[in-house]
Amino acid sequence: MALVSKWTDQRVEEIIGNLLRTGVMLSAAIVMIGASIYLLRHGLSPAGYHVFQGEPNDLRTVHGIIARSIHLSGRGIIQLGLLLLIATPVARVAFAIYGFAAEGDRLYVGFTIIVLAVLLYSLAGGS
Amino acid sequence: MTVIVFTVLVAIGSFCAGLLGSLTGLGGGVVLVPLLTLFFKVDIRYAIGASLVSVIATSSGAAAAYVKEGFSNIRIGMFLEIATTIGALLGAYIATKVPSHAIAITFGVVLLYSAYISRRVRPKSEWHNPPDPLATKLKMNGSFPTPEGLRYYNPVRVPVGFSLMFGAGTLSGLLGIGSGAVKVIAMDHAMKIPFKVSTTTSNFMIGVTAAASAGVYLNRGYIDPGLAMPVMLGVLAGSLVGAKILVKAETKILRAVFSLVIVVLGLQMVYQGISGRI
Repeated sequence: MALVSKWTDQRVEEIIGNLLRTGVMLSAAIVMIGASIYLLRHGLSPAGYHVFQGEPNDLRTVHGIIARSIHLSGRGIIQLGLLLLIATPVARVAFAIYGFAAEGDRLYVGFTIIVLAVLLYSLAGGS
Repeated sequence: MTVIVFTVLVAIGSFCAGLLGSLTGLGGGVVLVPLLTLFFKVDIRYAIGASLVSVIATSSGAAAAYVKEGFSNIRIGMFLEIATTIGALLGAYIATKVPSHAIAITFGVVLLYSAYISRRVRPKSEWHNPPDPLATKLKMNGSFPTPEGLRYYNPVRVPVGFSLMFGAGTLSGLLGIGSGAVKVIAMDHAMKIPFKVSTTTSNFMIGVTAAASAGVYLNRGYIDPGLAMPVMLGVLAGSLVGAKILVKAETKILRAVFSLVIVVLGLQMVYQGISGRI
């Protein structure tokens, strides 16, 4: 019995591992597309990160980032790729809930829900 | 400097950071923030935001490889993540409240400490502990494959490990690093988890911890696409190349050189922080 559940663990982990890598590669591809647009349009402008200003509001929220990406803004599309990247570990935690539930491990379903809640709270603009 | 020149230079620097970080096992994040603030004169909050993003990329990108080896313990990882993610939220919150020179000084001290840890001779972690009641209740006891068959291990001192992880999460959220060094100390030294298990489990946790603070940084406007783009792509490419050549490379000298670089950068961060230039 213990052996079977160990195998399930390993199997679920492998699927999740591949999923994560796909997520990272997809987000890198999106960032590169955004980068080409951004560099073509603004490549020759002066770069300035010495003074902190903070990003405009529509580069801070999921809603704003999607809206800018639809308008093919280079910075918007890069930010969309970064958002997808931040979402990959969140998806990983969400899948772990499924894995633990499939094994009937209610204790760890509970722990994983706590972790997921903290992540979603942060992404939703908490604290 | 134009945007295109800046982007190319930052990408090259990030590639080197990712390559060295992966070859030495110290992570690229520790040198990224000093590189951006000291050489490119980037505001430290932008630098931390970009670094966090790259930490997620390397952690998630390497997960597939680690998982196949069958060393990581998902239960230990998930339980301790309660501590690291809440700590990360706290760290990100502190980062928005304290002046940037205080962050720079803290960063410098953490750099010096990581260099010290990496130079210390690792004791052979041949732990044979009797099962700990709390760890057993939390189903943390596990095994991993070795050439001589399965090796079993029993973690101990779960509350100490949990508290250290909270600290690791706070540092990660405050400084935008993976704080893998603190995580490995918590698991390896405090909880007596075998090195192979602690390093791979720590890699899995680093991405989730960084995501917890990255959300806050994004919402606060600290993640700039123009800066995060070359950093993330550079570090990711560097760490992937590093993982490929890791087997062949002579890492001992490399580790020594990299530790020296970290010490110099750490001293610079402390000095510039104290003199108010950051």
